[in-house]
Amino acid sequence: MFRQVQVPAYVEYEKATSVDHALALLARFGPEARVLAGGHSLIPMMKLRLAQPETLIDINGLADLAHIEVADGELRIGALTRHAQLLDSAAAGQHFAILHDAERVIADPIVRLWGTVGGSLCQADPSEDLSAAFAALKATMVIQSLAGTRTVGARDFHTGPYETVVAPGELLTEIRIAITPGAGSAYEKVGRRVGDWPVGAAGAAIWLEDGGARIADAGIGLTAVGAEHFSAAQAEDFLRGAPATERSFTRAGQIAAEHCRPASDQRGPADYKRHLAGELTTRALRAALARAAGGGPAAGQEA
Amino acid sequence: MQIAVNVNGTEYSRVIEPRLLLIHFIRDDLGLTGSHWGCDTSNCGACVVWLDAQPVKSCTVLAAMADGRRVRTVEGLARGDGLDPVQQGFARCHGLQCGFCTPGMMLTARWLLDRNPDPTDAEIREAISGQTCRCTGYENIVRSVRWAARREAAAAGGADRAEAGTGGDAV
Repeated sequence: MFRQVQVPAYVEYEKATSVDHALALLARFGPEARVLAGGHSLIPMMKLRLAQPETLIDINGLADLAHIEVADGELRIGALTRHAQLLDSAAAGQHFAILHDAERVIADPIVRLWGTVGGSLCQADPSEDLSAAFAALKATMVIQSLAGTRTVGARDFHTGPYETVVAPGELLTEIRIAITPGAGSAYEKVGRRVGDWPVGAAGAAIWLEDGGARIADAGIGLTAVGAEHFSAAQAEDFLRGAPATERSFTRAGQIAAEHCRPASDQRGPADYKRHLAGELTTRALRAALARAAGGGPAAGQEA
Repeated sequence: MQIAVNVNGTEYSRVIEPRLLLIHFIRDDLGLTGSHWGCDTSNCGACVVWLDAQPVKSCTVLAAMADGRRVRTVEGLARGDGLDPVQQGFARCHGLQCGFCTPGMMLTARWLLDRNPDPTDAEIREAISGQTCRCTGYENIVRSVRWAARREAAAAGGADRAEAGTGGDAV
């Protein structure tokens, strides 16, 4: 009976019954309140006492935050959407294959049933895959509070490791991505074992012009390699207007590798992670092009 | 706080601390010790139970989150007097050695077969990829799930061969 148990510190609990109710609870309990969605990041943090909120506001009952829909030329993903739901979504896969690539390698199938898209983004772990995927797609985050609604670009959402622009009293409610013809996207991840956090990963989205010969715009997201805003702005600048060729993708990978700042840790040394950032950027661009061109090999199918 | 949870068809009402984890509620408050408390970090899957219609690692959800929901544990897997085909498969195909991972493995297998009655070996392995068997008995676990799938297919097909489906997987 006298065993060592990891338990969270004492906490109060409130169950939100609507988005408005959740916002009212967040306003009432202030900065020491935390939103409880899937809990698969927050509860482990609470067990380790790295997080000690005074009040949990459980939003799991808010079905109107768990939608995936296409409206007004955008894919709209409710913040309470479970990872498994996004992976199962035909609309998400059709328009943004990068989301399925990323979801397929996030944690394991049981964790994906409960962990949420919004929860992952708000946890803001530097190794979290969706942050880079949404950075590559140049998504928009919708944040609500009692004062109203504001939107923030995916690249301005994170202010540092485990920190976001979501202020006390605010709730991330939706992620929006513009649907554009001639686009393709992919995500490439290297991990030590199935279900692990990445050693390094890269996502790419490209938008083509001139009948597919030229890159109108590109988005590159990098995970776990110390990239500012989870992205590779210099490589994107290089690609804009460049021909959609292997040479361009190789050079973009080199630029992405030069500008990230990986740290050595138990998952690998910094120089290996830098190599991964470059190589995976190139591979993701290659796969994104194949998809933009309507076919070709899917991401992750080559060694 | 007060919570009401339907566990294996029985309604339980208890006063709990909000920080109580679901696995401890099931084991300590309800005395249902079939669900195992393993790594405590949502890696090993020994604590997998169903919350409503889906498996969950119960060391990583609060009992409070189960309020008003249904929980299914290994104690609720058998149907009436008979073991669930998944349980039969684990018994037949030596799907357990020490047995610590078994309840979680079986609940995930039941969920898989409900969604996908004829899974490939790769799909079975994917389904249990978030669960650890420290005896490393994965081959027999996969074989057990496959046995259950064939058994159910045979039953659904109205076959009168009670042992249908065992042949190809006899150890």
